[in-house]
Amino acid sequence: MPFKRYVEIGRIALVNYGKDYGKLVVIVDVIDQNRALVDAPDMVRGQINFKRLTLTDIKIDIKRVPNKKTLVAALEAADVKNKWESSSWGRKLIVQKKRASLNDFDRFKIMLAKIKKAGVVRQELAKLKKETTA
Amino acid sequence: MAPQQRKPHVCRNPDLIRGVGKYSRSKMYHKRGLWAIKAKNGGAFPKHEKKAAAAAPAEKPPKFYPADDVKKPLVNKRKARPTKLRASITPGTVLIILAGRFKGKRVVFLKQLTSGLLLVTGPFKINGVPLRRVNQSYVIATSTKVDISGVNVEKFDDKYFGKKVEKKKKKGEGEFFEAEKEEKNVLPQDKKDDQKSVDAALIKSIEAVPDLKSYLGARFSLKAGMKPHELVF
Repeated sequence: MPFKRYVEIGRIALVNYGKDYGKLVVIVDVIDQNRALVDAPDMVRGQINFKRLTLTDIKIDIKRVPNKKTLVAALEAADVKNKWESSSWGRKLIVQKKRASLNDFDRFKIMLAKIKKAGVVRQELAKLKKETTA
Repeated sequence: MAPQQRKPHVCRNPDLIRGVGKYSRSKMYHKRGLWAIKAKNGGAFPKHEKKAAAAAPAEKPPKFYPADDVKKPLVNKRKARPTKLRASITPGTVLIILAGRFKGKRVVFLKQLTSGLLLVTGPFKINGVPLRRVNQSYVIATSTKVDISGVNVEKFDDKYFGKKVEKKKKKGEGEFFEAEKEEKNVLPQDKKDDQKSVDAALIKSIEAVPDLKSYLGARFSLKAGMKPHELVF
């Protein structure tokens, strides 16, 4: 029941509403009870309400309000991108994005692949069934 | 010599906001160098001699004036043009037909005819859609493209697809009660040959892409969970 992810300087969060939807940002300072100052390599540092953030497990080691160069270096050093993309949450988001960008032809090819896979699985299952009944 | 490449000219009087230029009339006069042109021409702006207007033939006063003023229709300078083609539709695009006999069929786009309709083919062997005209509004353009370079579509135009005019036969009374139309509408052999020649090159380039042939042979339908406004075609 205790909290595991805290709002702290260096906490990586996912923006879940607004112009920067889907971006990973670093909490760089806390403004007041509701707002934080966030920064990311590809955006201008700005304030955001906590309600628009979802905290992640990743935390980096930075001082309060670092300059952009230091921030980018710290992100590289902690290898945030790879940690995120290998986490199950990050992988799910990547799959969602891929599915949303599928072409009509891609969807057709996926359907064929699914049918093929199901066929192979069913064959193996039939084999196993035969062995157990025999 | 070919016309010289001119650098696009930068505006001499940039807008501060719409309708208000940065420079005043006197400043613009100076910027355009009208003072230099005038100086070159001895104090006055150079003028062209007015071309002597051709003497209009002497008009006779009309013999007849209508009792009431007749209104002239307004002048209409519009030209008939084929419908603007969506940017996503280029020759070789796979289209999904949404209405009619072939609804749901995925079809290859060939060219836009002068009437604005799209010339489209199955190919016939793959999905049974012949060379056909289709309206742009009843079509979804997918982003899948087929290589169409080997196909010659020059000879197809709207007249090719028009209805054939039959000569009216004078019917005698006896013939009225006999079977009127015995001949079925048989597709003339040259249309079948046209279909074959267009499809031959197309089918080759289609078979070069894996799964494309079965893709074109299958119909499109919305399944559970598909939201058309979120689908990328």
